Amino acid sequence: MTFRHIQQGLLTVFLAFSLPALANESATATTIASPDAPPTAQPLFADVAIENRLTLLSRELRCVVCQNEALSESPAELATDMRQEIRDLMKAGKTDQEVLTFLTSRYGDFVLFRPPFKPVTYLLWIGPFAFLGFGVLVWFMALRARRTFQSAPVNSAQLAAAARLLEEKP
Amino acid sequence: MIPEIGTFALILALLLAVTQAVLPLVGAQRGNLTWMAVARPAAWGQFTFTLIAYLCLVYAFLTNDFTVINVASNSYSNLPAFYRVTATWGSHEGSLLFWSLILAVWTIAVATFSRTLPEEMVARVLGVMGLISIGFLSLLLITSSPFLRQFPGPVEGSDLNPLLQDWGMIIHPPMLYMGYVGFAVVFSFAVAALLSGRLDAAWARWSRPWATVAWAFLTLGVVLGSWWAYRELGWGGWWFWDPVENASFMPWLAGTALIHSLAVAEKRGAFKAWTVLLALMTFSLSLLGTFLVRSGVLSSVHAFAVDPQRGAYILGFMLLVVGGSLALFAWRAPRMVAGGAFTWFSRESLLLANNVVMVASVAAVLLGTLYPLFIDALGMGKLSVGPPYFNAVFVPLISPALFLMGVGPLMRWKGDSVPDVLQRLKWALGIAVATGLLLPLTMEGYKPWAVLGLGLSSWIALTVLIAFRERVKTAGQLSNLPRAFWGMHMAHLGLAIGVAGITMVANYEQELDVRMNVGDQAQMAGYTLTFMGVQQYAGANFAATRGTVIVKEGNAEPFTLYPEKRVYNRSGSVMTEAAVRPSLSSDLYVSLGEPLNEELSTWAVRLYYKPFINWLWIGALFMVVGGFLAASDRRYRIGAKARAPAGPAAQGA
Amino acid sequence: MKRWLPLVFFMVLVGFFTKGLFLNPREVPSPFIGKAAPTFSLPVVGDAQKAFSPADMKGQVWMLNVWAPWCVSCKVEHKLLMALAESRTAPPIVGLNWKDKTREAQELLARTGNPYVAVPDDLSGRVGIDWGVTGTPETYVIDRNGIVRLKHVGPIDMDIWQNKFVPKLKELGA
Repeated sequence: MTFRHIQQGLLTVFLAFSLPALANESATATTIASPDAPPTAQPLFADVAIENRLTLLSRELRCVVCQNEALSESPAELATDMRQEIRDLMKAGKTDQEVLTFLTSRYGDFVLFRPPFKPVTYLLWIGPFAFLGFGVLVWFMALRARRTFQSAPVNSAQLAAAARLLEEKP
Repeated sequence: MIPEIGTFALILALLLAVTQAVLPLVGAQRGNLTWMAVARPAAWGQFTFTLIAYLCLVYAFLTNDFTVINVASNSYSNLPAFYRVTATWGSHEGSLLFWSLILAVWTIAVATFSRTLPEEMVARVLGVMGLISIGFLSLLLITSSPFLRQFPGPVEGSDLNPLLQDWGMIIHPPMLYMGYVGFAVVFSFAVAALLSGRLDAAWARWSRPWATVAWAFLTLGVVLGSWWAYRELGWGGWWFWDPVENASFMPWLAGTALIHSLAVAEKRGAFKAWTVLLALMTFSLSLLGTFLVRSGVLSSVHAFAVDPQRGAYILGFMLLVVGGSLALFAWRAPRMVAGGAFTWFSRESLLLANNVVMVASVAAVLLGTLYPLFIDALGMGKLSVGPPYFNAVFVPLISPALFLMGVGPLMRWKGDSVPDVLQRLKWALGIAVATGLLLPLTMEGYKPWAVLGLGLSSWIALTVLIAFRERVKTAGQLSNLPRAFWGMHMAHLGLAIGVAGITMVANYEQELDVRMNVGDQAQMAGYTLTFMGVQQYAGANFAATRGTVIVKEGNAEPFTLYPEKRVYNRSGSVMTEAAVRPSLSSDLYVSLGEPLNEELSTWAVRLYYKPFINWLWIGALFMVVGGFLAASDRRYRIGAKARAPAGPAAQGA
Repeated sequence: MKRWLPLVFFMVLVGFFTKGLFLNPREVPSPFIGKAAPTFSLPVVGDAQKAFSPADMKGQVWMLNVWAPWCVSCKVEHKLLMALAESRTAPPIVGLNWKDKTREAQELLARTGNPYVAVPDDLSGRVGIDWGVTGTPETYVIDRNGIVRLKHVGPIDMDIWQNKFVPKLKELGA
């Protein structure tokens, strides 16, 4: 197997990416309902747009009962209630931010999985990028020190010994 | 009777661990060959008795001995036999015993595969591992014995948590522990080197295969956990940045930095201090993970025990091991002589940059995981730090490392020329950028993160290709290439495949919540799914409701999926067993929600379309195989073959 | 001196972990402490015509105990609540019946005794969410002006009553 084959193989793989996507494009064309077509399953909740908003928002929220699950996935009864509450708020026209404020005024910031950017979380949000920045600084300084470091000079006897060692079969 | 033998075996194991630790360490310090020689036999003895103790626990589970509290809490007589065996590591006490067993396994591995090492080194390494064993065995005996009895024993056990009754449960903990605990070996090598005051390239060469194998196991363990969660939890998630998940991810990140740093330390004698520190850090993070899972300091779905008392004991142990090793590091640091010089643009400088990025990401994950604790401890309230934070922070942070991964392996040691490297890489760069920018155009929605992810993964894949092409030009044919080369590039390619999978799934997955009557059809991502109703059946230790869903895609043959809802007899827990149709390009995932009517003919059904999710597992597999390949490279086995005649030469190498 | 940094950093972490061993990460503090109690008006268990609202309790220090007939820990706490109600030294307790089960609530109180001055019926759980309730039992202390002063999550036992509630109640002049 030559690398030409590998090249071709990989290109095929890359192209294979697009095929399922293309298949999607064609398959989402709506089918014309015929009189004996089976009934279509209805979405669980009538308003699909609100459901999508709810799903995205509830992934940002912590279930206060099963505390290490997102509100979107938690099976707890209170979680179901809270999702319904959010649904009702959204139907009443509240924005995402208003929904979040509604919940944090009742449960505190604890319920947000994405910590808000306030003084108590400055370190949290800035930290990682500061670490990287600090690391880059360390990198620069280490390299500057390296450049001035000279390796020990090697004499001809050492070179000959090295050549002999390289000759030895493993 | 058998449980008592188990306790007795543990006590003997502890005594042997003490012997394994004290005599060789003191002997190495004093040059006493007899004492140093105690290390190997003591290690074998400790392993034997730890194994006996573990087998006693297995026996108790297999014979349904409910007088053993651990068995009563975690088992059930109708639990299938292999789950009764895996239940031995399903509890805090049992998993600690399992930890100790795996540590003993690694200890005898070191005892066996160290014939070419100087006796003093072996004595120290086994001695330090003995110290760690002492910690775990005494933790077991004093605070967490799995052999505690209750008389009279209950008639029936409480059953194993149904979440753990999955074959992912069988393999995830052993692999994870092999990785976690495996880093104790390179940790011990580092401490041994610090104790001897001799830190040279030889130390790096000896430690390297151990670190790589541990890394490969940890990769396998972490990914198995993720795969198991994906199949088992019923909502298609595969990573939640849960504190315990992070506790296994951090040693992985540090371990990755470590194996790369060891490469430089071995080849160029540079980064010695960095490498030693990384070796100490990786295992310390493993220990931290042990602490976090069992102390109740952080809330997690994985928490084995919420026991501040045990937590205090583990913290004390960590103080000794981690604190001690870091103090030793600080003390011996001046002795570490700087290695070979290199320029701004060299493989060393790029590997150093890789180190920097990996350590920064460890720090970031640590910060996010511990932040709620920091804020609470300072009395500043209660915060949550969850997936939105980690995703927002981690992806930009790791991207530079992914980019460097394409350049580093193609660079020369000591110094390379910018125009030269650019010349070799310009096509790859062009194609990668084009792929990143153009491929998302063919998908549903143009997502910027998809641009980044696809661009980076194609970049890495292309550079792997270039590396092979260039290397084969000089080596002649593929079979001449050393395993280390194959291993490295396989692992890198694996990561590229994984990143591509993650990018596609995270950006283009679809979810649909529908109410389905018998005969209803739903459409998603080109699939037509027809719900055919449910049937009920009884499993070994559960009652199940199984749905039947017929799926057709275009003109292909229809196939059937059987999502289930199970109620476990003993605990009453309800589990959702999703039905998954895997393929290379996507998973179709169907999950039964709640019944919507009394007759059980209408159900809430959740459908997921997960594009390229299997690339995650495949990519990870490449990484694991790559790791094992690299560790089995000829040069690590040479010493063993040339043992007798070239003894001194191998030692001095 | 940078060689000591890793050790120093680790010791700082150990300090936090030590403190952490004494904390409970699952406890959700209430954002209502020091703020006005959320209002509501609910029918009362046993008499759907009558309504209860926190405004009814203005002028006195009182406690809101969130409970449910299916809650096991509430049954344990019940004995103490009965003792407090009979002692007449404790402030009045209002028992919010959380999440439906009106009939079961009625039967349970009839059978084991009713320590509450009123039992508002939170059928939908909406009021519970308004008060930031995460489970049962939970107990709030509200002062004379309708400001929430204390929230306790979990059942109350004698220790908690003496050490947590009594000092607060004294402070409020109950």
